[in-house]
Amino acid sequence: MAKRIDVDNLDAYYGKTKAVSGISMTVEPRSVTAFIGPSGCGKSTFLRTLNRMHEVIPGARVDGRVLLDDEDLYAPQVDPVAVRRTVGMVFQRPNPFPTMSVYENVAAGLKLNGVRKADLDDVVEKSLRGANLWEEVKGRLKKPGAGLSGGQQQRLCIARAIAVEPAVLLMDEPCSALDPISTLAIEDLMGSLKERFTIVIVTHNMQQAARVSDRTAFFNLEGPGRPGTLIEMDATEKIFSNPGVKDTEDYISGRFG
Amino acid sequence: MTPPPPTRRPATTPGGQASPGSVPGPPSGGPEAPDHPSLRGRGGGRAGDRVFLGLSRGAGILLLIVIAAIAGFLLYRGINAIKVDQGNFLTTAGWDPNGLKPVFGVAALVVGTVLSSIVAMVIAVPVGVGVALFISHYAPRRLAQLLGWVVDLLAAVPSVVYGLWGTLFLVPKMMGIHTWLGSYLGWVPVFNQSQPGAYPRTLFTAGVVLAIMVLPIITAMSREVFLQTPRAHEEAALALGATRWEMIRTAVLPFGRPGVISGSMLALGRALGETMAVAMVISQGFNVTLHLLDPGTSTTIAANIANGFGEASRPVGVDALIASGLVLFVITLIVNGIARWIVARRKEFAGSAA
Ligand SMILES: Nc1ncnc2c1ncn2[C@@H]1O[C@H](COP(=O)(O)OP(=O)(O)OP(=O)(O)O)[C@@H](O)[C@H]1O
Ligand SMILES: [Mg+2]
Repeated sequence: MAKRIDVDNLDAYYGKTKAVSGISMTVEPRSVTAFIGPSGCGKSTFLRTLNRMHEVIPGARVDGRVLLDDEDLYAPQVDPVAVRRTVGMVFQRPNPFPTMSVYENVAAGLKLNGVRKADLDDVVEKSLRGANLWEEVKGRLKKPGAGLSGGQQQRLCIARAIAVEPAVLLMDEPCSALDPISTLAIEDLMGSLKERFTIVIVTHNMQQAARVSDRTAFFNLEGPGRPGTLIEMDATEKIFSNPGVKDTEDYISGRFG
Repeated sequence: MTPPPPTRRPATTPGGQASPGSVPGPPSGGPEAPDHPSLRGRGGGRAGDRVFLGLSRGAGILLLIVIAAIAGFLLYRGINAIKVDQGNFLTTAGWDPNGLKPVFGVAALVVGTVLSSIVAMVIAVPVGVGVALFISHYAPRRLAQLLGWVVDLLAAVPSVVYGLWGTLFLVPKMMGIHTWLGSYLGWVPVFNQSQPGAYPRTLFTAGVVLAIMVLPIITAMSREVFLQTPRAHEEAALALGATRWEMIRTAVLPFGRPGVISGSMLALGRALGETMAVAMVISQGFNVTLHLLDPGTSTTIAANIANGFGEASRPVGVDALIASGLVLFVITLIVNGIARWIVARRKEFAGSAA
């Protein structure tokens, strides 16, 4: 179920501007991989190339290959819609559909996949349990999803994303709009989710990266006014104790720029 | 540095001048000089407020008086007409207020008004929403701009022009559609043709003209709300593996629903009240009928007022038209009430502010 991602020499553009340059990396299945790096170095851009969400921005374009268990996501015959069903995504700001109830939000992706009505209840409950939200919302499944607290909304979005059983779950700063308790709830959740999914998380929080991730990738700009790139990637303990590059150490210890 | 006197000034002052650690030194004035101009107010401001308050209150009261006077006049004349009516004003199908024994009623007019507007909405809502979606989510930028401009242009065409175009161009062209609908769907009561081949100055043709007239209203309002759909919701749908159409169904349409309903209701209000174009297109009659494709059987309240006003030879004739106008007003009120109710029903799930 969880799949492995191999990225080979990937460039991402916004129109004529190259935002990300020459990235190659491997993301292991059933693990949490953290992307860290200064603002504007292309973490979000690169993350969105992994489920072909980058190209929904007008003028945006990708060069290079992304292999999901040896299948190239950017091969000509591949349908981006199918890619996004296999590689799910959670955004920085919780974005439940405001016109839908808690239940409908979780079921939204399932309905697109043509899951039968009779099976929906089970999958919705399973996904909400998987997102550690079931106990809090089981009494108000019919209430608007936007009426939950920010942390609950973010877990609702996680439930919505895992309901369609993706192979990979991408999360772009999923806790940056949340309080410490909700953050902890989501960090715990990642620990259990990685048994079933490959998880990639972008974070600005070094402690968070150290707590939840197995491997960490450090991104930085190639230079002022230049595109962002991958500086190094290694086991999280290694990156945080004994990084191979001086910039990484400076960034992690807060002696940056 | 000397410690500040304990109670020189309140701890919180506008402008954030108070800082506990330092002796404040206002540029001018002694310790007692009030150095917070913002607390004192600028003398003139109050007088300005009073003048404006008086003006706006006066305007509001004047407006109420004018409206009450209009309503009173219309009600008085309308009731006059209903009193001399020898038939039942609500149930009589026929309009003869100018005879010595005036007999008239709005039954046929109400049915005609509602039917022609329903035809207009059935055509205009799907087409209008479709065009709005095309402009907001499918068309390339340049084409979208051009289309938006054309739609706005359509809204600016006066209704007499639609009427002229309708009688001179559209009516002859509607012949084929009438025959087709009559022969294939004739078993549906509304499409039953009792005079096949008759010149199609019908409720149906009037409905088509109305549809074209109200299309820009629906399109413009729908396009506005569709464009306001938050990017985050569209991306949420796309990231779940939605195609573009599925994304529109999950994110754009639910978000825009209140706007589409408001636009449609505005359009319906316009269709119900439209006078000139209908009066020019339709061949008028006063039967209660569901037959959209039969000319000379029916008309609308507004068109009847336009046609009947010049012919009203006695005051009763005019009064009768006024009474029918009041009925149109009530219909419009009911329609608006229903629309509000629909929009408010899922307030809890408020998708947009439209
Ligand atoms: N929609 C866009 N159009 C054009 N340029 C963009 C767009 N989004 C991002 N960029 C540019 O691409 C570069 C990388 O941005 P990106 O959002 O990927 O950075 P990031 O590492 O995620 O930053 P942060 O940590 O602040 O989220 C930046 O220079 C940014 O200005
Ligand atoms: Mg980012």
